[in-house]
Amino acid sequence: MSSLIKKTAAELGELIAAGQTSALEVTREHLDQISKVDGRVHAFLHVDVEGALAAAKAVDARRAAGEKLGPLAGVPIAVKDVVTTKGLPTTAGSKILEGWVPPYDATLVERLKDAGTVILGKTNMDEFAMGSSTEYSAYGPTFNPWDLTRIPGGSGGGSSAALAAYEAPLSIGTDTGGSIRQPGAVTGTVGAKPTYGGTSRYGLIAFSSSLDTPGPCARTVLDAALLHEVIAGHDPRDSTSIPAPVSPVVAAARQGMSGDLTGVKLGLVKEFMSAEGAEPGVVAAFHAAVESLTKLGAEIVEISCPNFVYALPTYYLIAPSECSSNLARFDGVRYGLRVGDNGVNSLEEVMSLTREAGFGPEVKRRIMVGTYALSSGYYDAYYGQAQKVRTLITRDFQAAFEKVDALISPTTPFVAFQLGARTADPSSMYLADLYTIPSNLYGGPAISVPCGLSEGLPVGLQVMAPTLADDRMYRVAAALESTIGTLTPPEL
Amino acid sequence: MTYADIVERYEPVIGLETHVELGTRTKMFCSCPTEFGAEPNTQVCPVCLALPGALPVVNAVAIESTIKIGLALNCSIAEWCRFARKNYFYPDMPKNFQISQYDEPLCFDGYLDVEVDGRTVRIEIERVHMEEDTGKTMHIGGSTGRIQGATESLVDYNRAGIPLIEIVTKPVTGTGAMAPEVAKAYVAELRDVLRGLGVSDVRMEQGSLRCDVNTSLNKPGEEWGTRTETKNVNSLRSVERAVRSEIIRQSGILDDGGKITQETRHFHEDTGQTTSGRSKETATDYRYFPEPDLVPVTPAREWVEEIRAGLPEMPRVRRLRLREAWGLSEHDMQSVLNAGAVDLIEATIVAGASSEGARKWWMGELARRSNETGQELDALGITPQWVAELVSLTDAGKLNDKLARQVVEAGLNGEGTPGEIMAARKLEVVSDTGALLEAIDAAIAANPDVAEKIRGGNQGAAGVLIGAVMKTTGGQADAKTVRGLILEKLK
Ligand SMILES: [Zn+2]
Repeated sequence: MSSLIKKTAAELGELIAAGQTSALEVTREHLDQISKVDGRVHAFLHVDVEGALAAAKAVDARRAAGEKLGPLAGVPIAVKDVVTTKGLPTTAGSKILEGWVPPYDATLVERLKDAGTVILGKTNMDEFAMGSSTEYSAYGPTFNPWDLTRIPGGSGGGSSAALAAYEAPLSIGTDTGGSIRQPGAVTGTVGAKPTYGGTSRYGLIAFSSSLDTPGPCARTVLDAALLHEVIAGHDPRDSTSIPAPVSPVVAAARQGMSGDLTGVKLGLVKEFMSAEGAEPGVVAAFHAAVESLTKLGAEIVEISCPNFVYALPTYYLIAPSECSSNLARFDGVRYGLRVGDNGVNSLEEVMSLTREAGFGPEVKRRIMVGTYALSSGYYDAYYGQAQKVRTLITRDFQAAFEKVDALISPTTPFVAFQLGARTADPSSMYLADLYTIPSNLYGGPAISVPCGLSEGLPVGLQVMAPTLADDRMYRVAAALESTIGTLTPPEL
Repeated sequence: MTYADIVERYEPVIGLETHVELGTRTKMFCSCPTEFGAEPNTQVCPVCLALPGALPVVNAVAIESTIKIGLALNCSIAEWCRFARKNYFYPDMPKNFQISQYDEPLCFDGYLDVEVDGRTVRIEIERVHMEEDTGKTMHIGGSTGRIQGATESLVDYNRAGIPLIEIVTKPVTGTGAMAPEVAKAYVAELRDVLRGLGVSDVRMEQGSLRCDVNTSLNKPGEEWGTRTETKNVNSLRSVERAVRSEIIRQSGILDDGGKITQETRHFHEDTGQTTSGRSKETATDYRYFPEPDLVPVTPAREWVEEIRAGLPEMPRVRRLRLREAWGLSEHDMQSVLNAGAVDLIEATIVAGASSEGARKWWMGELARRSNETGQELDALGITPQWVAELVSLTDAGKLNDKLARQVVEAGLNGEGTPGEIMAARKLEVVSDTGALLEAIDAAIAANPDVAEKIRGGNQGAAGVLIGAVMKTTGGQADAKTVRGLILEKLK
């Protein structure tokens, strides 16, 4: 019986709470699916069979003791390998952390455990979340369940592929420039980037501190909202965490599911419509979805955000600059890989040899770019200038949200491409995040929801909302989902 | 070439950078304890070990302490400022960057007045900013404990993340020959201010107050010369010696037509000389940028004013006030300060003693003992209350000077309060006139010629009889009383 793995997290939570199935049964079915398909998908870097079964049994015991369970208690979840899990290996997709077992849980992992979710394991990703295809994982790529010759997006390709392969109903991603939304789009799943500071970064291995945002991945908008509610909220261990209540995302998703968007005003970003590089099939699917939104009652207007065209180069100065500093701690002294410690090499030589051997090409590329951009004499021209453009992009958003409730665009310019198609030319890879990067620079929430197929492959629609108005994007995304439906990948 | 000749021909410009470890209970960005001397790597956590994923959170007490320091140094307090990352690789720095402040210090544009030889010198403060300390590296296997020849390096991260405050002066000019004394006086004054604020234990020997001294020389009327930065200056005396030795060294080079290299130099306590460290020209580019893991620091004005209102009296103001109140000369006040007796004398007065009485004992018998044993005055086991009791007993005539000294001796041996010692040792001025008259009669009988002189009007001769009486009574008589009785008898 493989019916349980096709169910949504919301359904599973209800069945478990009602005693119609057990957390153990649900967990076993997902572990079975992992052993059946992950050899071909490679969504997971580490599967914690024993830990998952123990967590599931604990939930069942709580229920047996008469405890009232939360909506996601007993529901399995996969966690991106960039988030620390106490006692479970955490590598961030890098050789430099091979074998490292964190002594502490990230805040969001603590919250997942408190909510009774069952952590199945850690998912594959581009090394240190730098990439858009998961091909930069030091442990080999993940394959898109829709077509195993294609990429699942990145950096969180593992988290999204696990959903599309029915290995997990929920997963955790992190989004610095689109690493939740773009994999969501190309795997036909839902991925939400919350407001920056709305979810704690404590325990998230930093790539670019001012951009990194953990968030929920799921196969439905409601499931994403349920997970969002579990992990969001103020965390005193993260100074940039916002001390404000979480907006009512679950209620908004349920409201959207009714299919009514009357009175909602949505803006089409003009600069994205004219941008080069979007595939015709993606544009067509997007416009069909816009039609659907209009039929649901939404008013659509075109909005100009003139500075969005500078988002990509701005991002590729800020993110590498911060990463060049964030990744300095990986030096072989305290944890992870150590190379060349033979009693002859100096400390500096050991550090240098370790980093040479431990980091992959994309990570080295960005560290070098960032080191250069921050260096004395270049700071003003690069990092300083990028911060100024970031402010302009933020102003574009603020001006737009005076006219509309949310902005919409395709999530990514192209459907899942063939493995190896873009690794030779980094800048062609960077284009994958053309539409997702602006909201990272601004800090507002954004979600990708499936909006149709192009040549048999999923296309995603992105909804971008004002900071702290995460509920708005859930309402619009859920409404679209209610007319288009979820996408069903081919059987593996 | 004598020092006097050198400072005739060259004008020194000095600058001081002082690092102060704050005495907060927890570290700057995590809640690990800060106690000194714990087992290596027992006061660490994911944050101060820079484990992947860990994030810093600012210690609010450290911010408050820094604002206190800024206000005490007459600084402006920023309404909005940020931390910055100072990037460089070093094994005892867990993140391979230090969280510091760069172009937005929390406190800026202040001053501190110091006294040197009765002259007031205003030292302008450029900035006071916050940062974190590094761990400590030990090299094993080499002959000298240095990195050369070492086969293993051990790092203790207990100190990593302890709050550090850096206080930077503007260049100090126009002090001429006094430059070394000014440097020393500044550090001493700063130490007293910090101690008074209660923000640090300011122990130079333990490294909780560390000082780097910048020195340059220029000919009068010419531009400032190239400066050197002297590190490893670990005592007040060394501050003075380091500046003096740098002035002498640089003048030698300049006199020979040479050029000063901009560099870091190390001061050596034993030789009193500085030697070259790493050259500043090859210094790392620190790639400062605003720390994205921390939100800006925005101290509310009301809070700053609250802190200002709660500041204690500044040491210099207090010194002037006490000198006045105690009626001391500048020189005597300086002796009191040098002996570290100000607080003790003040507390003794508060406990009821006269200022003369308090000063007499603390600066007399007790200071002598402190000198002999090398113990601090406040470590002798004698409290201000103890001295106040002693003073009140002598003032009441129950102890004379000689007996009081015996009581002090006993007190230093831990025999109890003055009252207890007097009771135990039966030390009290004999005021029973019957017993005294008996002793006086005996003294007169034994010295008829002296008695005759006194009868003849030579009162000065009474000393001999007084001495004899004191001897008979074992010193327990009050000399004044004895004298009165003798003169009465031989009228
Ligand atoms: Zn700590």
